[in-house]
This record gives sequence, structure tokens and C-alpha cells, in this order.
Amino acid sequence: MSAHAPAIADDHAHDDHVHHHKETFVTKYIFSQDHKMISKQYLITGLIMGFIGIAMSLLFRMQLAWPGESFPVFEALLGKWAPEGVMDADIYLALVTIHGTIMVFFVLTAGLSGTFSNLLIPLQIGARDMASGFLNMLSYWMFFTSSVVMVISLFVEAGPAAAGWTIYPPLSALPMAQPGSGMGMTLWLVSMAIFIASSLLGSLNYIVTVINLRTKGMSMTRLPLTIWAFFVTAVIGVISFPVLLSAALLLIMDRSFGTSFFLSDIFIQGEVLHYQGGSPVLFEHLFWFLGHPEVYIVILPAMGIVSEVMSVNARKPIFGYRAMIASILAIAFLSTIVWGHHMFISGMNPFLGSVFTFTTLLIAIPSAVKAFNWITTLWKGNLQLNPGMLFSIGMVSTFITGGLTGIILGDSTLDINVHDTYFVVAHFHLVMGISALYGLFAGVYHWFPKMFQGRMMNKNLGFVHFWVTAVGSYGVFFPMHFVGMAGVPRRYYQNTAFPMFDELVDIQVLMTVFALITAAAQLVFAYNFVRSIFYGKRGPQNPWKATTLEWTAPQEHIHGNWPGAIPEVHRWCYDYSKTYDNGEYILPGQDFVPQDVPLQEGEEELQH
Amino acid sequence: MTALLTISVLVLVAIAIWQMTKIFEFSQLKAKTANSEVASTEDNKNNGYLMFAFLVFIYLLTIFCFWKYSKFLLPEAASEHGSEYDSLMLWSFVIIFIVQFITQALLHYFAFKYRGEEGKKALFYADNDRLEFIWTIIPVIVLAGLIIWGLYTWTNIMDINEEDDPLIVELYAQQFNWTARYGGDDNVLGDANVRMIDINRANVLGLDESDPNAADDIIVKELHLPVGRKINFKMRSQDVLHSAYMPHFRAQMNCVPGMITEFSFTPNTTTAEMRQNPEVIEKVARTNAIRAERAAAGEPNSEPWEFDYILLCNKICGKSHYNMQMKIIVESEEEFQAWMDSQTTFAETVSSAE
Repeated sequence: MSAHAPAIADDHAHDDHVHHHKETFVTKYIFSQDHKMISKQYLITGLIMGFIGIAMSLLFRMQLAWPGESFPVFEALLGKWAPEGVMDADIYLALVTIHGTIMVFFVLTAGLSGTFSNLLIPLQIGARDMASGFLNMLSYWMFFTSSVVMVISLFVEAGPAAAGWTIYPPLSALPMAQPGSGMGMTLWLVSMAIFIASSLLGSLNYIVTVINLRTKGMSMTRLPLTIWAFFVTAVIGVISFPVLLSAALLLIMDRSFGTSFFLSDIFIQGEVLHYQGGSPVLFEHLFWFLGHPEVYIVILPAMGIVSEVMSVNARKPIFGYRAMIASILAIAFLSTIVWGHHMFISGMNPFLGSVFTFTTLLIAIPSAVKAFNWITTLWKGNLQLNPGMLFSIGMVSTFITGGLTGIILGDSTLDINVHDTYFVVAHFHLVMGISALYGLFAGVYHWFPKMFQGRMMNKNLGFVHFWVTAVGSYGVFFPMHFVGMAGVPRRYYQNTAFPMFDELVDIQVLMTVFALITAAAQLVFAYNFVRSIFYGKRGPQNPWKATTLEWTAPQEHIHGNWPGAIPEVHRWCYDYSKTYDNGEYILPGQDFVPQDVPLQEGEEELQH
Repeated sequence: MTALLTISVLVLVAIAIWQMTKIFEFSQLKAKTANSEVASTEDNKNNGYLMFAFLVFIYLLTIFCFWKYSKFLLPEAASEHGSEYDSLMLWSFVIIFIVQFITQALLHYFAFKYRGEEGKKALFYADNDRLEFIWTIIPVIVLAGLIIWGLYTWTNIMDINEEDDPLIVELYAQQFNWTARYGGDDNVLGDANVRMIDINRANVLGLDESDPNAADDIIVKELHLPVGRKINFKMRSQDVLHSAYMPHFRAQMNCVPGMITEFSFTPNTTTAEMRQNPEVIEKVARTNAIRAERAAAGEPNSEPWEFDYILLCNKICGKSHYNMQMKIIVESEEEFQAWMDSQTTFAETVSSAE
């Protein structure tokens, strides 16, 4: 790319004409190097994977509510895995495993961070494109390949990977331990290795772009919080994903080449295996060294999006901008030293457990600061309750509800009895699953006009989508805490083997009914999304009256984003409802001052 | 009952969606702004009220869950460290619910109170160091308290030592069942490794037959524990990861192939006493009512249930993970000794297999 500095970019702008004529269908829609097209590719791939992941969750939720019942839909979708419509125990574990993998990596990592980092980083910092359009294209196509491999793994003879999304060996390493650990697990590992490479290419690109390609006047402390969140997310991705790659490679070695990194002293199906000296606990360390930062890779972009969307729609600056940046950095730093809280009872030295309890509970402090700052942002605002704003408020609500139970799970003592129960499932679905999905939805509703040439999504369908989803997600995950507190372990195909769990079936039914309703509401979103791409009403260039640079770019997508010079930045991005001392808005008749508007006479630049 | 609940929820949701669509359609008729996909004052009003309704919903859901489901939770702890665990849990929950109550109220009330109106002016309020300091320092203090209490309890629970003559018990996990091994008269477990497993000689746990400590070891499929005596558990697994989860004792530890993990607790309530616990009596009655219904309908899994402590597997371990369990019986020292005396030792088992 030639967009290094505004001076060169000016020349580049004149080339646009030429570029347009050269573009073919393939370069424009398939192997595109344009960040806006790549972001749409990420979003649509992510949404399709999300559809698969959510559909899987409905299947196993039905099995949990009506254990052993025969459903025609099971037979239709699972085939030989549901003889006479009754779900098989192996496929139950496979569904749980692939649901987790798809939602965490393919939807909430690639679908969320990939989409919005690509769309917003160049547009909000005032760059013509990513630092390397080619690497960016490569990153998407590797993500696409890994998605295809993951989907293919669903169709192998012995079934897909079924060792849980954490794929702890020896279960994941030994095909004789469960059928899914054969070809299915091999494809899982291949898919994830490609995914990690894709994620690294993307992250490096984001980091370089944010550091080097900011327009004139765009200092780090004038960046929107979205960019801060994407930037820091990319940094933790680069730090932690390689460790997962090494874990995956070592596991491949153990599986295929007879090494003993993670295996030792195993007697299975009547014979002793040769493995000696390895440790499954080592794998847990390596896995969670990525796995924990991963949940922040998922939630930080959602937090960034929520901060931005909330401020725009509250018509107020985000409260405590610098505290928000500081808490993003603190969360990012702490996220790399808390992984052991997944392993309190793994057989790890209990002293380490104490250390990880300490660091884990520390992370509640920056999280609390963020929650309070969001609430204060709403205070005395002029809240425009657009669908994006509703999802932002919903995100804060689920983040608090889900985050608070983290105080229980992060405490090594209390973890003993709720570890690996439904209490954990409820906790992380609320705090990272639902919250991050809300962030994704907030972003889609808010930046849809930017992605699809000014077309907007239907707001009424958006309202219905939000309210049903909001009620439904609490309906699924709030009662789930009680199931966990009653001692029900996760990843149980059915709870009928324990009479002490008999009376919990009512809760299971309630949760499943809510899950079905909530999933149905997502169809409203899917319809709205597809319809709006083609028939959505075109709004004004800056429909939400936002200050950030992306809304100064024309609605039509052009290569290089701005037809003329790149706008210069003169102020931070949260000058909403700013007034002179006499109470008049800075710009007469409008309650916001775009970032490219120079400081007005008599206006004070407040140091935030 | 379940079907009725399901249907009523479905109907209520359908009505809610229908009503909401009507409200929004209605609001659209009145909308005067040219750009109809941006929320109008009318939309803000409707959604603002719904925000308030949603706050009520969260509170009602919380109350409903406590009213309906809190009786399903585990009965009081049956181990000595368990009461400490339960009170730490209780206090953590008190703090959580106070914070939850306040923050959700503020969040949704503000969303309702400050809903947008044409011509309304928002307050430019970008920061306030004192406020931010306050809500940084309060979590710091509260969390410091929880951390100190938690770590103190954790250190006590995980301090596994040989004081007070603990009973040594091995919990041995394999796909998909549990085995327990006692040290026998000498209370010392014989050496063992999966490489020494010899099914033909009935040496299923891989005990070292040349180790004199192994001869009097007792291998059983039902875990008996004497009340009031400290038990030191040594966990082993022969194939994949498992987790020995004993929820009634607030105890859990993973079983890892290739290493021996440990946990220790002192049971303080016998099975017979627990069966007399009013909560447990009620739970058994409720459960047996469900099972009687099933029996009447001719369904399987409908025999009446009697309360027992249970050991569950709580780490995904394969197809029958959901049914990997062992019964635990806590009894008086005399009953325990009598039971122990009736078991065969490892040496006897091996010689009878020969």
C-alpha cells in the first residue's frame, strides 16, 4: 500500500479512478485487499459459523431437557448419530465441543474482532487501508480455510472432536479413549493451526496500522476507545496465540509421532501404552496461557464497541476516557497472568493456586471501573435508544451479572465445589458469550450503514430482536447458576444416572424453552440483516451524528476511503454536547463536534 | 406441569412479541422525522419504559429462582472444612447481590430516566477524579477482604499432612468407574503403577506384588469412611483425566494419569444422620414423588431413592462420563471396622485367582 502519509496519500487519491476500472469480480468480491470488503467477508463467515454453533447448542439443550427422547430433528440432522431420533452420547460430547470451539474462536474472535478491526481501524484513525492489504487478504482466506476444515470435520466417519473445547489430553490424544479423538481431532488441530496463523497475520497488521498510519493530529489519546480495544486485543493475541500453536503441535506429535509431552503411565483397553514422563497438566498450562487471554480477546473488542456506541447515543463523552484506556491496559496485562484459575484443582501446587487467586481477583478492579464508567456515561445523557444502544446497555447488564460470579470462581477455595459445574457454564456464557455477542450486535447495527453504502437496518425489527434476546438470555443463564450450585457437572449427556438431580429437570426445560425462543429471535436478526443489505433505507452520511472520522468518508466504498485528502484531526473523539460557558453548543445547532473540525474561537480543549 | 409451564411461557412470549410489534408500528405512524431508521423520541420513550420493565424482570427472575430453586441446592456440608466453605460462599453471595442490585438499578433506571427527547441537552461530563477514585478503592478493599479470607481457607484445606493419624485412601479412576483402595492394617498403600496391571491375576490396580505394604491393601467398589477421622485421599487415573467430585463434602480433585494428586477432609456427618436432615428428607420426598409418577407411567429409572453421598466424575472422560459414580458411606468407627474386617485383602484376592 502506498498510504504512508497524507502527502503521498494525496497523490494516491488521483489514482482511484484507475483502480476502479481495473477491478474484476474476483478482485473486488473474492480476493479483495480492501479492508472494508474483508471486514464484510469476516462478518458474513462469522455469522454463518454462529448459525451452526447456535443450532448445535439447541440440539444438546433439547437432549438435556428431554433426555433420551426421540426427536425427528435429531435424526434429520445427526443421521446415524441419532438412531431412531435418540441422540447418542458420543455425538452429544461432539456437539458441546464444536459449539464451544466455533463460538469462541470462529464467531467471537474472528467474527467480532476480525470484522470490526478491519472495518474501523483504517476508517477511524484516518488511513487509506491496512498497512498490508495483501496480508489482510491472506488472513481472511486462512480463516475461511480453517472454517471449512472445521465444518468438514463434522462429517468424518468416527465423528468430530469430542474432548471438550479445551481438548485436554489424554482424552484428545488417544483414539481408543473416544472415537472423536481419531480423524475428527486431527482435523480440529489442523483447523486451529491455520486459524492461529490467520489470527497472527491479522493481529500484526492491526498493530502496525494503529501505530504507523494514524492521520495528522490523531495522537494515541485522541483515538476512539474502539481502536484502543482492537489494538490491545491484537497485542494479547500476538502474545498468547503462539503458545496455543505450540500446544497443538506438541499434541500432534504425541498423537502421530509417539512422543510423550503430555502422556504418561496409560493403561487403556487392556494394554499399557509406551508413553512415559509426560504431563497432562503441562498441556493445561499451555492451553490456558492462551485460553484465558482468549476470553479477553473476545470481550475487549466488545467493550470498545460498547464504549463508542454508548457515548454516541448518549450524546455525551464517555466518562473517564483515560481511566477506560488504563483499565483496558490493566485487564490486558493481568489477563496473561491469571490462567491458573482454570487449574486450581488440576493437581497443580496449591501455592500456585494462591498466587492465581490473587491476580484473578485483582482483575475485578479494572472491570468494575469500566462498568461504573459506563453507568456514569448514561447519567444525564440524552439517550438515543437505537438498537445498537440497547445492545450496549444490555452488554453492561450481562457483563455485571456474569462478572460478579467470577468473584466466586476466581477464589480457589470456592472454586473447589463449583469447578466444572453448570455454575461455570452460566458464568462464562453471561460474561463473555452473551456480552460479546451483544457487542457484536451493537457494532453491526451501528456500523451497518458504513459497511453497506449507507443502507440502514430496520429499527423495529432491531427492537424486537433486542428485547426477546435480552429476556431470553437471562432466562437461559440465570437459572443455570442454581443447577451448578446443586452440583450438576457440565458435559453430562444426561443427568438421569443420579436421582439427586431428578428434580432439576424442570429448570432444564425452562432453560431450553428460553434457548429456543432466543434462537428464534436471531432469525429476526438474520432476516433484517439480509433484507437490509439489498432493500435497507439509505440514511444520511452520518446517521448517528457521530464525531469519528469514518462518518466523514463517503457512503460509496472507494479504494482509499476518502476521495480527497485524508481529514486532519484537531480534537478527541468525544465532543458530544460540549458547550461554551454560556451554554451554547460549540457548533451552533448541532450537539457534536466532528474530530476534523478545528478548535473554535474561545473553545477550551479539555485535557481528558 | 412441565408442559403447562412450557406452553404458558410460549404464549406469554408470543403475546409480548405481538404487543411489542404493535407498539413499534404505532410509534412509527406517529414518527415525524424524515429518517425513520434512527430512533425517534417515541422510540426512545417506548424503549426507555421497556428498560425499566426489564429491571423489574431481572429482579422478579432473581426472586423467582430463589423461591423455586434454592431448595434444590446442596444440603449443608458434611465435612469439617465445609462449614467454613459455606460461610465464605454465603458472604461472597451477599456482596454479589448487593452490588448486582445497585448497579442493575442504576444502569436501567438511568436508561429509563435519561431517554432521549427532541431538544433535550445532555451534560458534558467527561471525568471526575474523586468519583473514579472512590469506585476503584471500594472494590480494592472488598476484594482484599475476600482474597485474604479465601487464601486463609484455601491454605488450610490444601495443607495435607500426616498429623492426627489420617486414614489413607486411594481413589482410582478409569473409564468409566471408580475403585477405592485402603492401606489395610498398616494404613500404608503398597506401591503401584499401571505397568504392573495383570488382569489374569486380578491385579487390576497394578499393585507391586513384591511390596509387603501391598499385601494387606483392600480394594473395594464402595467408599466407606469413618466419621470424625481425617481422610487423606490419593488420586490416580489409569487412562484419561477424571475428577473426583464429592459435592456434599465440598471436595474435588482431578485424577491425572502419571501423577498422584491429593485431597484431604474430615467427614463429620454420617449417612444415617444426613438422611435425618430435614432438607434431605424433603428432597428425598420430592424426588420420590417424581419417581412414583414415572413408575405409574411405566417408565424406567423409577425405583424409590434413598439418600446417599456420592462421588461423581467431573472431568470429561468419554462416552459414559455422565454415569461414572461411586457410592460413599460415612459411618461410625465401629461400623467402619466391622465392614473393613469383612473385606478380602489384596494378597487373598491374588492367591485365589491363581
